[in-house]
Amino acid sequence: MIATGDPSVPTDDPLLRVEDLRVSFSTEDGAVKALDGISYELERGRTLGIVGESGSGKTVAALSVLGLTRADGALLSGRISFAGRDLLTLSEGELRAIRGNQIAMVFQDPLSSLHPQYRVGAQIVEAIRAHQSLTKAKARAHAIELLGLVDIPDPARRVDAYPHELSGGQRQRVMIAMALANDPELLIADEPTTALDVTVQAQILALLARLQRERAMALVLVTHDLGVVAEMADDIAVMYAGEIVEQAPAERIFTAPEHPYTWGLLRSIPTLDGPREQELTPIPGSPSSPLAPPSGCRFHPRCPYAQPEHARTEPALLPVPGQPDHRVACLLAPEERRRLWRELA
Amino acid sequence: MTRYVLRRILWGILLLILVSALTFVLFRILPTAEPARLRAGQNASPRVIAELRVDLGLNKPLITQFWLYMKGLFLHGELGYSYHSGASVRSLIFNRLPATLSLTIGAMVIWMAIGLPIGILSALRRRSRADRASMGVALLFISAPEYWLGLIALYLFAADIGQIRVFPGAGSYVGLTEDPWKWFTSLILPWLVLAAGFAAVYARVMRGSLIETMSEDYIRTARAKGLPERRVVLRHGVRAAITPIMTIFALDVGVLLGGAVLVETVFDIPGIGRLNYDAITHADFPIIQGTVLLAALFIIVANILVDIAYAYLDPRVRYS
Repeated sequence: MIATGDPSVPTDDPLLRVEDLRVSFSTEDGAVKALDGISYELERGRTLGIVGESGSGKTVAALSVLGLTRADGALLSGRISFAGRDLLTLSEGELRAIRGNQIAMVFQDPLSSLHPQYRVGAQIVEAIRAHQSLTKAKARAHAIELLGLVDIPDPARRVDAYPHELSGGQRQRVMIAMALANDPELLIADEPTTALDVTVQAQILALLARLQRERAMALVLVTHDLGVVAEMADDIAVMYAGEIVEQAPAERIFTAPEHPYTWGLLRSIPTLDGPREQELTPIPGSPSSPLAPPSGCRFHPRCPYAQPEHARTEPALLPVPGQPDHRVACLLAPEERRRLWRELA
Repeated sequence: MTRYVLRRILWGILLLILVSALTFVLFRILPTAEPARLRAGQNASPRVIAELRVDLGLNKPLITQFWLYMKGLFLHGELGYSYHSGASVRSLIFNRLPATLSLTIGAMVIWMAIGLPIGILSALRRRSRADRASMGVALLFISAPEYWLGLIALYLFAADIGQIRVFPGAGSYVGLTEDPWKWFTSLILPWLVLAAGFAAVYARVMRGSLIETMSEDYIRTARAKGLPERRVVLRHGVRAAITPIMTIFALDVGVLLGGAVLVETVFDIPGIGRLNYDAITHADFPIIQGTVLLAALFIIVANILVDIAYAYLDPRVRYS
């Protein structure tokens, strides 16, 4: 275990606590607010699913934890405390010591995320040696071990393969092996299955679940697909237009969702038990432009239940009455929301 | 791979034959001066000219002449004899090659050493003042004709006519084996002048290529591993961005080995380019034919080397 953080910080503090994180990028068309004040917590060994459409800010939320938006000239404010240290105040060098070491990341497209000109073994060895002083031979042995751990057949041979010589699923396994190289406490997986075939998706998710269990890692699973997080997440945060609109334990999201946007997401998942000719219900409209987000409730232009005043009042993320773990940012009255969901479900 | 290279080499040889046929025909069709008359001098009698035509083999049909030339080339490596001086073209070329090699290799080292770092830094500090300034200067050097730059350089720095007399001027070239120090100093100005335009092009190509590469997903992965930024740029970014540089590099060196005509002429360096230039002014066809073939050979070889290098640089490239 690597000792980190301030000894004065109590040990029951969550591993990751994000408070009022705001990220904006300056572009030629003006400032883009990618994240507009999101907060969440993650305990050791737990899984948080961050769900949202493209452009909702979910990837920026993931990248910002690692400081990877810094290179793109992002402006960040708020707090990201990891094991008691505020990552936003760390220097690039201090953050680098954490990246790939205590916090690792798996990306969406494993083909473009692996360097095409290096053997996968060399790329894993590089990750190991970035944080551990091992000889090349020992690091290579460890790389082979990691490839075996992620169920790559014949790892001693595959360690010398180039990314293009592997299948999509195997490439993602390599990415996961690389992320595990330094035994991270937190793994962030950004759409880890989106670029893969459906059958492979399930295998990769099962692998992530197994590894998380075995290594007691905390996992942030970023996805546009509620189906992906259904099995794995302990808690779910639903993001829309740079904000968290609903946050709750996973089973609450699926059984008693409170936000009309979450309803839309749930109703656009195909089910096996429904009648075959039943059409999926898409959410009308398209995600709002991050350059000019709508006033008031950001979801109001697409919300079938929006009232005129919702275009003026901004909803706060508040606990649902009687459910301190379940928070929602919706201007509809709680009874009204329950009635609407009963009608839909 | 081996089969691919062999096939490329065979195609290269065929191409060389085509190039020589083309130059051969072109120079016979074009209204150049009669070589025998040039050789015989202004007041030669028709009989002398007719004898010279027989001596030079010009009385034979064109196809026979070409056949004899090809036979000499492939069986004995002969390139014929100069119409003007009667010297063997092969030995003329071999005498001139060291100067051209010296000029090309030196300039190459300079333009790579200057162009690539500037391109990399410009890409990393995109839109900074340094980037804009260096790209502006690069544009200037790309647009400036070599001979003009050469004359300016001589005017400013040549030991004989310069304003600040620091470097040996035109016509000071000495062979490397004769006097290494003089060889070196005499080539400083030509190297810089020749390298300027190339350094500018390479800086711009490197910049563009690296900017594109640095936005790739695998760069983000490299950063996520916690690698130092220097390693991210050099091992991950530049490694992938260097491929287009390799292509133009091999071709540029191939072209230059065929003779940097303008720079060799301005600085009066006895290289292939200078040989070619003199041959053209004298309508000395065998020399022109020889230098054209040599240039074609270098370019073809460079092309094959580029393809082989590609397979080594990028494991995704496979030839069959």
